[in-house]
Amino acid sequence: MDGNFSRPLRTAAAVLAGAALTIVCATGHAQDKPIRIGLVTFLSGPAAGPFGVPAKIAAEAIVDSLNAGKAPAPYNTKGFGGTPLELTIVDEAGGATKQVTELRNLVERQNVDFVIGYISSGDCLAVAPVAEELKTLTILFDCGTPRVFEEASYKYVFRTRSHATMDAVAGAMYLLENRPAVKSFAGINQNYAWGQDSWADFTAVMATLKPEATITSSQMPKFGAGQYGPEISALLQTNSDVIHSSLWGGDLEAFMLQATPRGLFNRSQLVLVAGEPYLHRLTGNMPDGTIVGARGPNGVFAQKSALNDWLRVIYKERAEVYPNYPAYSVVMAFLGLKAAYERARGAGGGAPATDDVIKAFEFLNFDSPAGKVMMKLGKGHQAVTGTAYGTTRTVNGQVTVDNIKYYALERVQPPEGVKSLDWIKSGMKPGKW
Amino acid sequence: MKRDFTVRILFGVLVVLLVAGPLLPRWAMFLITLSLCYGAVVLGMMLLMRTGVVSFGHGLYYCLGAYAAGTLDVLFGVSDIAVMLLAAVAVTGVVSALLGLLLRKYRDIFFAMLSLAFSMILYGLLVKTSALGSSDGFNVAAKTLFGIRIAGTDFERYVIFAVTVLVAFVAAVCMHKYLASHMGRLAGAIRDNELRVEYMGASVRNTIHINYVMSAVLAGLGGAMAAVSVGHIDPEMSYWTTSGEFVFVAILAGTGSVLAPFLGAFIFETIRSFAYEYSPNTWQMALGTTMLLVIMFLPGGLWSLFTRMRKAA
Amino acid sequence: MNQLLAVLIDGLIYSSWLFIIAVGLTLIYGVMKILNIAHGSLYALGAYGAASLAGYWINQGHAPMGSFAVMLVAAILVGLIAGPVIERGLLRFMYGKDEIVLVLVTYAVFLILEDFIKLTWGVDPYLLYQPYSLLGSFDVGDLTYPLYNLVLFGVAVLIGVTLAWVLTRTRRGKMLVAVIHDREMAGAMGINVSLVYFVTFTVGAMLGAVGGALTAPMISVQPGIGAETIVLAFAVVVIGGLGSLPGAALAAVLVGLVRSAAVHYRPELDLFAIYFVMAVVLIMRPKGLFSVQEARKI
Repeated sequence: MDGNFSRPLRTAAAVLAGAALTIVCATGHAQDKPIRIGLVTFLSGPAAGPFGVPAKIAAEAIVDSLNAGKAPAPYNTKGFGGTPLELTIVDEAGGATKQVTELRNLVERQNVDFVIGYISSGDCLAVAPVAEELKTLTILFDCGTPRVFEEASYKYVFRTRSHATMDAVAGAMYLLENRPAVKSFAGINQNYAWGQDSWADFTAVMATLKPEATITSSQMPKFGAGQYGPEISALLQTNSDVIHSSLWGGDLEAFMLQATPRGLFNRSQLVLVAGEPYLHRLTGNMPDGTIVGARGPNGVFAQKSALNDWLRVIYKERAEVYPNYPAYSVVMAFLGLKAAYERARGAGGGAPATDDVIKAFEFLNFDSPAGKVMMKLGKGHQAVTGTAYGTTRTVNGQVTVDNIKYYALERVQPPEGVKSLDWIKSGMKPGKW
Repeated sequence: MKRDFTVRILFGVLVVLLVAGPLLPRWAMFLITLSLCYGAVVLGMMLLMRTGVVSFGHGLYYCLGAYAAGTLDVLFGVSDIAVMLLAAVAVTGVVSALLGLLLRKYRDIFFAMLSLAFSMILYGLLVKTSALGSSDGFNVAAKTLFGIRIAGTDFERYVIFAVTVLVAFVAAVCMHKYLASHMGRLAGAIRDNELRVEYMGASVRNTIHINYVMSAVLAGLGGAMAAVSVGHIDPEMSYWTTSGEFVFVAILAGTGSVLAPFLGAFIFETIRSFAYEYSPNTWQMALGTTMLLVIMFLPGGLWSLFTRMRKAA
Repeated sequence: MNQLLAVLIDGLIYSSWLFIIAVGLTLIYGVMKILNIAHGSLYALGAYGAASLAGYWINQGHAPMGSFAVMLVAAILVGLIAGPVIERGLLRFMYGKDEIVLVLVTYAVFLILEDFIKLTWGVDPYLLYQPYSLLGSFDVGDLTYPLYNLVLFGVAVLIGVTLAWVLTRTRRGKMLVAVIHDREMAGAMGINVSLVYFVTFTVGAMLGAVGGALTAPMISVQPGIGAETIVLAFAVVVIGGLGSLPGAALAAVLVGLVRSAAVHYRPELDLFAIYFVMAVVLIMRPKGLFSVQEARKI
């Protein structure tokens, strides 16, 4: 046994020495080098396939294209104002505590200048105060919970996508425009914050817009359940006009694979709040007439523009498919930051101070592949956009979306200072923007 | 008998940490703070292991401690670190005393799995509680310490660090004294052979019960300190993977000394942190491999490196 | 009345699935006293293997019915490769260590395999949906069920009966039971314990992979499915009494029915169902439903 122990001892010594060395070295900070951006996105676990990796691919594609100065106007300067960008990528898996640690490491050990990241709402809530403490401009790119800016206000934290309230509001509006006679509805949502909030929002909107419609069943399978036999039977037996679902990723796919052969969607109209990323994968298992959203005018809902064409081309070169909504979300974060950075830099100036970038970012309007983004909520830190819904139709063996309807932002989002649920319950009056 | 330097070493580490704290880069200070929180939980785990039982559900108390500390602000508007820690001790003490009545009869894998079931029930309850943010949890901000405002000041992080260091120090010294006491020594005897302990006239179940409560309170303290230093809590703290991590660190560290859990937690956090950074796609592989290497080559945990060195010297 | 029938059918289908994913785990524990967390990875490997091979088979334009055979072959291949590699390459050096340490060893294997799967198959989910609706469906009242669900039920019964027969009626099975009761004594009597362990682990691994392969057509095969499944399998095995075959079967039925009833009558309780059953069973019967009395050592 004695022969064995020198090796681990040496390894342990090496690890400690490495740690010490890093502590010593982590002091230098030069400015003429590339702008370092920390990107935090899921690289492992169930959220990696549908969300994390498409966002990573889009981020890498856009950074390459921006560095080469190939983006369309107004984003055609190289990098940010001529300075190239450099990405440091971190896995978002591991929970909120882990992400708080990682954010500190990104900023203090890796010296990133800006952070763009976070798909999970729990992570967003947890890292926001830390970003504030670290005084590092951090953009939340994909999480949806309205709580981030409704419960607190931040100086260093921005979110360049709309929060999730509009998903439920526009979803219910679209449903009632196309099926005004809805008498009953049921839901199947994952039993965690996202699923519970989506269902709570949707039932609240329905209670406002269609108070006579009854709720027949609310199925709440646990996240990652995979087996939905009993749930599908229960839903079948309710004979509801409509089934609402915010399932995503593998859970959504498994539910569709198990529910379609059992004829659930012959009985009930399906509304998928976040169904867009799976359309191309579920050919043959996505019934025609399903109402789908993309949490904003993203993906198939994005209207033709030079920016959208550019994103579709550079993304498809790397991924062989077209970008889905998380890819659009991450691109919004990069373009918003670029616009703010260059505005703060002014004509011919050097690298702007973070405070100047923040000032330029607040209440900024900028163009994205999904249309105009306006930083109007949360004292100029929370973006608003319109959104869109559509209906699936299979054409030549491909699932497509038609009957697309766009909803202006004032119809689907509460104005500043009003909490989402209060706004829905008080009749969703369009605010002044 | 060899002379016991443990308390002196602990005191030395305490002084070094308190003095060197302000000089450390903030990420390192945070890493140490978090390691000490984990270390406190693992210290309790070590006590259980020395008694011969292992809990796969200590996340229950880690989470309960954190929520006891965190909900004080939500419910009563109290956000003083001292009160938060006391609340965590009180809540985990009571709950573990009750559950202990049941668990004291269990051994081996059944003890582990029943505690796992309890922790998962807490997880389920918290996920169902949307008033506390469901699975997203909520943010915790400790504003004062003994009434003195620290939130937003320049020394906020250092105060939290120093409190954690002090609590960990006190916990370690008390545990060391306890292990050397009559009651503490019963633990090892129970692990080796319960029947003999009974024949000697000691109560196996009482000892297990007491040790269980102590380890639960330590986990609660660790959870409360983690809540304060991380600033966010969520039900994940009660999920079985969190509990599994504590067992993992306890095995990695070894049960030879009260210093081992803290050292093990620090090394674990450091490895994980650098694995995330240098191999974002294979950090699980790096972690798993480390674990296998330790189990294969250091059956007594990392701590056995030190005892071997001492023997050699 | 109709709803009660649905609860029963849904419960039994779910129970069959639970038994299939848990049976390998209880077999390995029964013989080797290893609570094998890597069972979750073997399940995932089986699912990925089946999705890749059978997916390839269907894409090549072969008869879709053949995909069932391909799925089975994939699962057996996974078991035949992964089982011996883990047992010979790692576990055999660990025998005799504490049970808890062995749990951690398999947890380490689980972590390594999670990344191995990610490196091999990437993070994009795989779909193998064709076999699920291939066999058609049957109606019960106003509910439609794919016939594939009956296949699950049949396979569960087949595996259970076969294992029970081998263990109690054959010479080799009786040798296995001897090893379960006393490893040293069995060795002294001339039973090749090392071989028994090797075969048991390989068969257990194969059963795990079969579970994954059979599940593949109903789900999206993606990272993390192993972690979700292993906790369920754990719970079933513990409720049944570790290492007990009839225990695992009974526990699967119990958990399946409770979950199904929860979903039909009180959907918000579904999250707790399995842990609730586990806590109640362990409180009533501290060693699970079927437990082996152990000798006390003085």
